[in-house]
Amino acid sequence: MNLLDTLLRCVGTLVAFLVLPLVVGQTEHKVMAHMQGRLGPMYAGGFHGWAQLVADGVKFVQKENVVPAGADRRIFQLAPAVALLPYLLVLLVIPVGPDGMVGQVVDAGIFFVLAVMGVGVLGSLMAGWASANKFSLLGALRTAAQLMSYELPMLLAAASVAMAAGSVSLPGIVDAFHWWWVPWQLIGAFVFFTAGLAELQRPPFDMPVADSEIIFGAYTEYTGLRFALFLLAEYAGIVVLCALTSVLFLGGWHGPFADQLGWLWTLAKTFALAFVVLWLRVTYPRLREDQLMRFAWTVLIPLALAQLVLTGIIKVAIS
Amino acid sequence: MSTLLAAAGSLEPAARSYLSPTGQEVVFLLVGVLVLGAAVVSVTTRQLVHAALWLVVALGGLAVEFLLLTAEFVAWVQVLVYLGSVIVLVLFGLMLTRAPIGRSPDADSGNRPAALAVGAASAATLVTLVVDAFRSSWIDLSGAAGTTRLTGEYLFSHWVLPFEALSVLLLAALVGAIVLSRTEGGRAKPRAGKLRAGQTSSGQARAGQASAGSPGAGSPAAGKPSAAAPTKPKER
Repeated sequence: MNLLDTLLRCVGTLVAFLVLPLVVGQTEHKVMAHMQGRLGPMYAGGFHGWAQLVADGVKFVQKENVVPAGADRRIFQLAPAVALLPYLLVLLVIPVGPDGMVGQVVDAGIFFVLAVMGVGVLGSLMAGWASANKFSLLGALRTAAQLMSYELPMLLAAASVAMAAGSVSLPGIVDAFHWWWVPWQLIGAFVFFTAGLAELQRPPFDMPVADSEIIFGAYTEYTGLRFALFLLAEYAGIVVLCALTSVLFLGGWHGPFADQLGWLWTLAKTFALAFVVLWLRVTYPRLREDQLMRFAWTVLIPLALAQLVLTGIIKVAIS
Repeated sequence: MSTLLAAAGSLEPAARSYLSPTGQEVVFLLVGVLVLGAAVVSVTTRQLVHAALWLVVALGGLAVEFLLLTAEFVAWVQVLVYLGSVIVLVLFGLMLTRAPIGRSPDADSGNRPAALAVGAASAATLVTLVVDAFRSSWIDLSGAAGTTRLTGEYLFSHWVLPFEALSVLLLAALVGAIVLSRTEGGRAKPRAGKLRAGQTSSGQARAGQASAGSPGAGSPAAGKPSAAAPTKPKER
């Protein structure tokens, strides 16, 4: 791999990182507008409100960047970056198509992805603490508690796929995929996707930020571009989660004409899942904090363990 | 150790010298200096949360060092366990008990000289040991020395017994944490979120804690939240 090749891959990943979350954001406006009969997002720019995202961007840029007087300035300003950057790194290793269509092949891909995504929680903790606002601090602690609890089922579900494939590298797992994995790993897919949704603090698992009740939890004091970066982290997280779910559980680039159009299959599966994420936001009520925690520890973890057992039994039976 | 190192390549005192280092070695040393600096700052800073955050830099730097030694799997485990979990638990403990913004002079303790002496002594021992053990050996890192497959094979063929012993230790710690967090007078603990009038005040305090932190994440630091508990019933 020469320098030019590496550079191209990095630039490609960066472009995907900058474009795909915005596409998801724009889709969210439209999906919510249609499902809830909202008129606002359909107005800006004429046809179907295509300029809504541009308007949002302009709005965020022209807002003043306020740092509270009692805040810990440097940590406060650093927090959005800590929340956002892990997703860029994760995007680097997600395989899009066959024959090395991936930013960088990482030997222990699953571990890398889950480890780096786990670092994002530090961003929320830093944000909530440095705001010098006790409600933000409470929100941050809730966020961290939620992220820690849902990381375990996510890891267990991913471990089940790795066990089925006999590999922890992401391209290796997609290579080993057969169609009958979908019913076999169905429980794991459900656990992974649900836990990932909770990791992103998307509705219905958004109690720690609960924008309409406790005013965005850890991010209360953020304005302007820094707040936009937190939102961008959320959308980048949707892209990463959906891409990961499609790579691990839905066979990534597998499909008709996979040799030429493999990347298109990955993208299509990713966006189908992203639509589900948006759909859930519009249709499900928010879980209460204790329901949220109980769901992780009494439903998702036993399910993930059951999937592990099932994977082990079938793996031994067919080998 | 020897089997693992044998897998990593030859340890022969090759015809190498400390002069004319390769790029990898230079980066290794630079990152090492960064780790050392972050570690020193994290024990000398007077702001508690900053100390924990500098620890993030130090441990992240260590993960980079593992990567440079081609031990990829170990590096990611370091990130997953230390950066993603241990530091978060440390921050949890700090923020639930005391985490003022700015300096906290009362956090200074009188046994700074003793700590310095112990730290210096253990550092000197370790440095002497490592320098003496690997004085003139070079590990050939060009091959697939630290891949996940190799690590897994060695872990589960040569090192199964230590691995299992560690698992039992962790399991014991887990069970201990659960026991510690459940035995307060043996009363039935009300489930979080089902607060009703007529419960005992301690029951309310416990329910309040349980909703603030997750049962699992809170359990290793189970003793800490109770410091904040007495104020809870008054607020309700």
